[in-house]
Amino acid sequence: MSVPVLSVKNLDVRFRTPDGEVHAVKSVTFDVAEGECLGVVGESGSGKSQLFLAAVGLLAGNGRATGNVVYRGQELLNAPAKQLNNIRGSKITMIFQDPLTSLTPHMRIGEQIIETLVTHKKIDRREAERRTLATLELVRISEGKRRMRQYPHELSGGMRQRVMIAMATVCGPDLLIADEPTTALDVTVQAQILEIMRDLRKELSTSIVLISHDMGVIASMCDRVQVMRHGEFVETGPADDIFYHPKHPYTQMLLDAMPRIDRPERPGRIPLTPLPQASPVLLQVEDVKVHFPIRTSGTILPKYKPLRAVDGVSFTLKEGETLGVVGESGCGKSTLARAVLRLLPSTAGMVVWAGRNLSEVDKNELRRLRKEFQIVFQDPLASLDPRMKIGESIAEPVRSLEPELPRATVTERVREIMEKVGLDPAWINRYPHEFSGGQNQRVGVARAMILRPRLIVCDEAVSALDVSIQAQIIDLILSLQAEFGMSLIFISHDLSVVRQVSHRVMVLYLGRVVELASRDAIYKDARHPYTKALISAVMVPDPKAERARTRRLLTGELPSPLDTRSALMFLRSKRIDDPDAEQYVPRLIEVAPGHFVAEHDSA
Amino acid sequence: MVRAPATPTAQLMERAQAVKGRSLLADARRRLFRNKAAVASMALLALIALLAVFAPLTSPYAFTDQDYNTISCAPQWWPGDLPRCRASGAHWFGTDAVGRDLFVRTLYGARVSLTVGVVATFVSLMIGVLYGAVSGFAGGRTDAIMMRIVDILYSLPFIFMVIVLMVVFNQNFVLLFVAIGAVSWLTMARIVRGQTLSAKQKEFVEAARAAGVGPFGIIRRHIVPNVVGPVIVYVTLTIPGVILAESFLSFLGLGIREPFTSWGVLISEGAGQMETAPWALVFPAGFMALTLFCFNFIGDGLRDALDPKDR
Repeated sequence: MSVPVLSVKNLDVRFRTPDGEVHAVKSVTFDVAEGECLGVVGESGSGKSQLFLAAVGLLAGNGRATGNVVYRGQELLNAPAKQLNNIRGSKITMIFQDPLTSLTPHMRIGEQIIETLVTHKKIDRREAERRTLATLELVRISEGKRRMRQYPHELSGGMRQRVMIAMATVCGPDLLIADEPTTALDVTVQAQILEIMRDLRKELSTSIVLISHDMGVIASMCDRVQVMRHGEFVETGPADDIFYHPKHPYTQMLLDAMPRIDRPERPGRIPLTPLPQASPVLLQVEDVKVHFPIRTSGTILPKYKPLRAVDGVSFTLKEGETLGVVGESGCGKSTLARAVLRLLPSTAGMVVWAGRNLSEVDKNELRRLRKEFQIVFQDPLASLDPRMKIGESIAEPVRSLEPELPRATVTERVREIMEKVGLDPAWINRYPHEFSGGQNQRVGVARAMILRPRLIVCDEAVSALDVSIQAQIIDLILSLQAEFGMSLIFISHDLSVVRQVSHRVMVLYLGRVVELASRDAIYKDARHPYTKALISAVMVPDPKAERARTRRLLTGELPSPLDTRSALMFLRSKRIDDPDAEQYVPRLIEVAPGHFVAEHDSA
Repeated sequence: MVRAPATPTAQLMERAQAVKGRSLLADARRRLFRNKAAVASMALLALIALLAVFAPLTSPYAFTDQDYNTISCAPQWWPGDLPRCRASGAHWFGTDAVGRDLFVRTLYGARVSLTVGVVATFVSLMIGVLYGAVSGFAGGRTDAIMMRIVDILYSLPFIFMVIVLMVVFNQNFVLLFVAIGAVSWLTMARIVRGQTLSAKQKEFVEAARAAGVGPFGIIRRHIVPNVVGPVIVYVTLTIPGVILAESFLSFLGLGIREPFTSWGVLISEGAGQMETAPWALVFPAGFMALTLFCFNFIGDGLRDALDPKDR
């Protein structure tokens, strides 16, 4: 075997904090070979990021690292900053999760890349500009000349991440460390970015370290995988071994916990309760629109344009049914949920709840009806009042909607529901900051469940959680549904999760339904090009399948929702070429019983 | 409703005492008590307050007692070549120009100044928090109108307003509280409004709405407790501001009237005879400076203790 690019021996990282010492990385040893792609997988808090930050000398001030980190014979650990700066950004480069905070906001992106080049390569400006343009082309940024003159805020998340990659590769590094490079991006954009990284690796023969919590991403990219937990490697090996023959129970657990789009029902997981044939319709949503006025121009007299967050969505939901709502950021899925729950006023349309039109009931009536529909939010910590004991948070719906109940009864019910969601009732007086994310999300579920509602909306309820916790919360929701038979609207950007928990799946694109079908039909018989692209972009923790797959990638960017032409991305033939014109509204066509597809141009 | 029979472990757990939580404020308190400057300031402030309450009671002199034999006497231990009186051994801080004991008067002034500080701040706290929280929570046009009113009040010259009030309603003690309180709530309202606007965006407020909590319930149960941190800090910084304002008004002769006194009055009188009787200035000014320092240190300590970034 050739000499490794990076060789780490007994690296140990500790942080001094006011609450005592944190041992983030516990004496790990590994090598990165020439040209390989090493995956480091682990859940939050496993120390995977700190390990590499320590290796390149970017630890926070209260951290201390010991051991050896050797890059081509040079000791990097605790080396003087001057020596490190020669290597960092030129020979070893990093890409971070959030591309907006990693780019300097007041500098044009071209300048930032050129700066890197001039600093490290000592070449003149014209040459630097030429190379920058070439690199931008490499990461598939079109119109490089114009893009170079733009500022970071003018670019979308995916574009920014490409700029980051361009910056990281422009000096021809030996080693590229990518720390969760696609976690903040939509699935279709994630697929594009990974595609770019894969090509770069072929072209430049750079070694890549890919840090991720997502087994799917690792499977699609890496040759070798290290599984990390509590600051230690629990398992190391070639990707195929790790994925097909995991030895350590933790690796096994990670793989089991991962929702898979190709296998909605997995052994050991709680299955979806089948829907009874003659379930009555609980909720009927008819052509709901939510438009926000956005100030576009005009210095003295403002001009407003409607932002069509939700633009004519209709669906029905039966008692006990789960409807999954999928779409990328900005497709209006959360807005739709809030409009259905009447947390936001809708601009047009009708929401009929158990035979009553919700837009016609008055405030007091609506408050009484809130007993029947509740919501679970994405961020478990942010959705709980930090100054309230969790018992009080859980009791809040009861106290505001059934104020006549005596305190003792309320407490009794809180304890009961806490037990149901897997929380120790003795924790009733604890505060949210004393809990982990998963426990807090259980509190959120308990709060939504305490009134035994008939509908719960889960707005990205598991998206912010680690996969193992995510699996637990999904199991919890499914078992509660089996017990109480409530309906669910399950909103997520993650098609695999949605497919696992839903009877039917609705795909949204820029505020409109593009496809609505049963959980199997949507995967096996997707008709709309957008749905197909979405499915194709989902990573599966199965390296062989990933290698064999050719992806149907959407090219270009998610268009602006202010431009009325955007909604007809997939029906260009009917498009009127004017950004303000009233456009044709694609109809939903029933292609098979219960399978609706929006009109689109045949590809 | 019939309860499902609980499992034995659950029954055990129910019988066991519920675990006591560690609230954010408890955390903050712990951090505050680790801050030496803040703790020393609190102790010193408590001492000054105790002195202000009890010391005048134990003194043989009343704050109005005049003794023409001891006019402008220095304390016995005062260094330098200054008028000394036979009986001045009993006057620890000396006497003023009409022969009144300055120790008693300084501490009596402390009573007035501290009361003004606390009461006026309390008034401004009540008005400011309510106004700011309502304005921020209502948002939109209501917010705009309420805030423009604050802006208008801000732009009125403070001293001018107080003078007008004093002239119209005659000079009295209560009016002073009202006048100062009525001005200092403006900043409080702005701070609370800003905090409310950011708290309103938080998901837990939306969660409360989904749980059917009404607007006033949300303000009372969710917004106000969550803006308490910055408000407490601002309160500790308002009290010295108010004490200063009162002193300033009294210095100008618009505040407390003889024979009652406050630090401002004493400093004003002391400043007049600074060259002949410096003790008449040094003691009240020293006490006031010390108090202001203490409040500022406590404010800084609280800010550090409540700052979530430190967590």
